[in-house]
Amino acid sequence: MNKHLFGDTATLLGRSLRHILRSPDTIITTAITPIAMLLLFVYVFGGAIDTGDVKYVNYLLPGILLITVASGIAYTAYRLFLDLQGGIFERFQSMSIARSAVLWGHVLTSVVANFASLALVVLVALLMGFRSSAGVLTWLGVAGILALFTLALTWLAVIAGLAAKSTDGAGGFAYPIIFLPFISSAFVPTDRMPGPVRWFAEHQPVTSIVNTIRNLYAEQAVGNDIWAALAWCVGVLVLAYGIAMMVYRRKIS
Amino acid sequence: MTLDPAIHVQGVEKSFKDVHVLRAVDFDVARGSIFALLGSNGAGKTTLIRILSTLLKADAGSAVVHGYDVATQAAEVRESISLTGQFAAVDEILTGRENLVLIAKLRHLADRGGTADALLARVSLTDGGGRRVSTYSGGMRRRLDIAMSLIGGPPVIFLDEPTTGLDPQARLQVWAAVRELAAGGTTVLLTTQYLDEAEALADRIAILHQGRILVNGTLTELKRLLPPAKVEYVEKQPTLEDVFLAVIGRSATAVPDGADL
Repeated sequence: MNKHLFGDTATLLGRSLRHILRSPDTIITTAITPIAMLLLFVYVFGGAIDTGDVKYVNYLLPGILLITVASGIAYTAYRLFLDLQGGIFERFQSMSIARSAVLWGHVLTSVVANFASLALVVLVALLMGFRSSAGVLTWLGVAGILALFTLALTWLAVIAGLAAKSTDGAGGFAYPIIFLPFISSAFVPTDRMPGPVRWFAEHQPVTSIVNTIRNLYAEQAVGNDIWAALAWCVGVLVLAYGIAMMVYRRKIS
Repeated sequence: MTLDPAIHVQGVEKSFKDVHVLRAVDFDVARGSIFALLGSNGAGKTTLIRILSTLLKADAGSAVVHGYDVATQAAEVRESISLTGQFAAVDEILTGRENLVLIAKLRHLADRGGTADALLARVSLTDGGGRRVSTYSGGMRRRLDIAMSLIGGPPVIFLDEPTTGLDPQARLQVWAAVRELAAGGTTVLLTTQYLDEAEALADRIAILHQGRILVNGTLTELKRLLPPAKVEYVEKQPTLEDVFLAVIGRSATAVPDGADL
């Protein structure tokens, strides 16, 4: 490992964070669609959805948080693509810096930016009546799962950013991921979905993650969902990281 | 010359699929000299620069920069060089000064702020240093780009078409910066498609055409390749460049706008 990895990563993290501070619109646009969905589903469709004793905003928030992350990572792919296109990437690569620091700078920026957007969404949800009796530790647990989810999707975004041929291509990969929560337990309970759809919904990653966060907030037992959620996040993270590094190495050698 | 050359290229070949971009390129660049690689678009200049700056691997042949092999000692090569690519590799969202500080940090220097300020002064950007690069003109951007390459004082500098797209005045400023570098002992390898640029700057010139070095020598040597000069009497007209520089030079010292000549 290069002795400058941490220093160089910190330097490049500082650079991209400065980008975000100077155009905070990326944080806000990331949060706007999820907030609009939150409003739409709670105040328009929510009345027709039966979630038992659970307040609909409480039911909905975990899925909306995942959608927030899924739309936020599109910017990571976009920022990486711009670096590659603009020539500054080559300048960094022709310098004696830790080789993977360029990627880690973007990845950590993604985590910070997504958490800023998540905080905005949670704030709006609180204003709309979201309540949780969960303590600090549980909130930290939720943050941990979201961080893992963000990291996993961010490394997917790195692959997209490295492989993209155009700015549209760099961000476009995120749409299917944004759509995934709709076929899960995020908006409606899965038990009234028709057979194959229900099977898919119950076996895709979003459902286990949403159920875990929902149960954590409600201070109920998380059961096996948490293990499925962690397995999905870690699995995608490891796979995406491996592929991203492979694409990266091919790119820089 | 007893010293090893700063750059030694031997038999370098590179193909992309079935396009042979470089076919057995050989040349040496002496330490502290300016070497111009002259060629039209698509001649393979950028490919060669990318190989020498460790961004691309050659298919065959060897290249040694500052005593280090680009293939096996890439990290040492990177310590010894800096690259100014064809398109200004600057961060648009940061200010000029922040760009310089960023590179100084990545070069692991101690006095980043001082380095940045000194370089801003050197390329006459002190006034613009606090502004975002997105507001810069093409010439300012290019000057900043070159200033970023000077950080840490690398012994070898690659300049890939440093004046493409610049106005004549900005071009002269870049030339002055390049001359100053060589005077300070830095080896400069520059590529250009402008013949006058090679003529004005370079100690040696090599013409790269379709992936091969056709000729390599000093300007005088290259001129000797053609039949001796014959004397012709030509009325000496000012070139448009002379006029352009004279007029904007005057307007800088207050000439009424739109003066009729």
